Amino acid sequence: MRYYLEFEKPIEELEIKIEELKRLSDRKEIDITSEIKKLEKKAKELRSEIFSNLSPWQKTTLARHPERPYTLDYITLITEDFIELHGDRRFADDPAIIGGFARINDKTLMIIGHQKGRGTKERIYRNFGQPQPEGYRKALRLMRLAERFKKPIVTFIDTPGAYPGIGAEERGQSEAIATNLMEMSRIKTPIISIVIGEGGSGGALALGVSDRVFMVEHSVYSVISPEGCAAILWRKDGDLGAEEFAKAADALKLTAQDLLRFKVIDDIIPEPLGGAHRDSAAVAKNIADVVIKSIEDLSSKSAGKLIEDRYKRLRKMGSLEFAGT
Amino acid sequence: MWFKKTKEPKVQKKVKIPEGLWVKCDNCKEIIYKKEIDKNLKVCPKCNYHFRISAKERIKLLADEGTFIELDSDISSSDPLKFKDSLTYPERIKENQKKSGMQEAVISGEALLSGTPVIFVIMDFSFMGGSMGSVVGEKIARAAETALEKKLPMISVASSGGARMQEGIFSLMQMAKVSAAIGRLKDNGVPFISVLADPTFGGVAASFAMLGDVIIAEPRSLIGFAGPRVIEQTMKQQLPDNFQRAEFLLEHGLIDTVVSRENMKETLAKLIRLLA
Repeated sequence: MRYYLEFEKPIEELEIKIEELKRLSDRKEIDITSEIKKLEKKAKELRSEIFSNLSPWQKTTLARHPERPYTLDYITLITEDFIELHGDRRFADDPAIIGGFARINDKTLMIIGHQKGRGTKERIYRNFGQPQPEGYRKALRLMRLAERFKKPIVTFIDTPGAYPGIGAEERGQSEAIATNLMEMSRIKTPIISIVIGEGGSGGALALGVSDRVFMVEHSVYSVISPEGCAAILWRKDGDLGAEEFAKAADALKLTAQDLLRFKVIDDIIPEPLGGAHRDSAAVAKNIADVVIKSIEDLSSKSAGKLIEDRYKRLRKMGSLEFAGT
Repeated sequence: MWFKKTKEPKVQKKVKIPEGLWVKCDNCKEIIYKKEIDKNLKVCPKCNYHFRISAKERIKLLADEGTFIELDSDISSSDPLKFKDSLTYPERIKENQKKSGMQEAVISGEALLSGTPVIFVIMDFSFMGGSMGSVVGEKIARAAETALEKKLPMISVASSGGARMQEGIFSLMQMAKVSAAIGRLKDNGVPFISVLADPTFGGVAASFAMLGDVIIAEPRSLIGFAGPRVIEQTMKQQLPDNFQRAEFLLEHGLIDTVVSRENMKETLAKLIRLLA
């Protein structure tokens, strides 16, 4: 059974009907293929209509879709010889962030990403993709390893945020994120980041200080979740619902399209009609193309130039006015 | 930003300091004559609680008299998201300027500290909860660049709920911007001392504030990534005593030392002498 989001309900009805007709035509001798074809066309049109007009909140729910491809899915689809490397060498291995060497197009690179789980058991194991400080420290260890061997780094961003827990605070969640932000700004090999689902605040950015940043079409990236924003704005505690979250999502301007307009990201990676989970191989192919091209572009730069340009890129971030101008 | 959702769990309603002759201490609930607190650097004489103070008061405490020269005061924020809650973002800024007497949530400048020139970056919690948007980020990055250019030590005093929601993704990106600027100080051996005042949370804690070569906190300041109420809701358990207080961070090896307001200037001067 496919999982349908609230706004996909009309599509769900049609698709269930199509499935029923298909079963019917298998069993009986009657020919209803033309009927099915007609409905399939209608379903496609409906999908196209719905998906070209998604609201920011609908995109947020799509970015969190339980069948959406995660970091490991993309690693499986686009790389060869992936070997996962574990642990921060300090305290623990955090399953909410994974990483390791792999090859794309015969080039070795370091791939690091947030990892959500599929199914209740794995979701809990991965802590819903919310890293502990150890996850960030492991990521930095792996980035330094890549730097030592002059390998480019690709990060996949997909987290609701860094985990807000007692242990995380005791072991320095702020320090772990801050250190990654600073160190990533001066890693001497190319870094490419792709937001594949949820880019949740500092916990996302801690893997996202890069030379090129891309977002997959229906992903979101924001300083705070629509739920968090709504709770601050309309502090009603408990009885906030989809209506308020939708308003907050609108206000936050968190879609890939918004961020491209703001020049915070370099480009958008297209998804198939109906979202990445409808054809993850197609999205993976688009991601691979972008990664290969970016690495080609960046590999001609010296380490000094790479870091200089990365700094300039960060320095431009902001929306400012100057007195007298 | 998380901090905005929260109130310290065991502390009751905050009392505004400026009005009235008498003040109730946020920590020990003692009623104290206001002048007595003012005389005592806004520290409760009964329990040593450090009241939040403005950036201007902080400058008076730390910079040698009459030496502070403000930097980059001409930058203001635009409204990239056209953000509106009960007020538009520009209205919100105006309201906070009036309320706090600050242009923005941070003042930066060059000054003498016990005779030695330093670059100061001082946050003011009374301006939109000390939140970091484009202006705050830009002023901190520029201050770091000035410190680098002049090879002067930089001292920051953080007091902030985190990133500024009203500027959305631009606020988030300030975290990367200021951290990269601090990185350049480290590359070039320019000292950066970070002072953490009550409260220091979210995007400010998770960027420059935790990147000091030396990190000093004021006693009992609340410091963390996520606000205590968010954590309490996530963990569904009571938070440990002293959780996220300066002393808790010291015990867990996250900061170098806790220094009272009275001794702060002297400590900073000593450190700068030692690092020179």
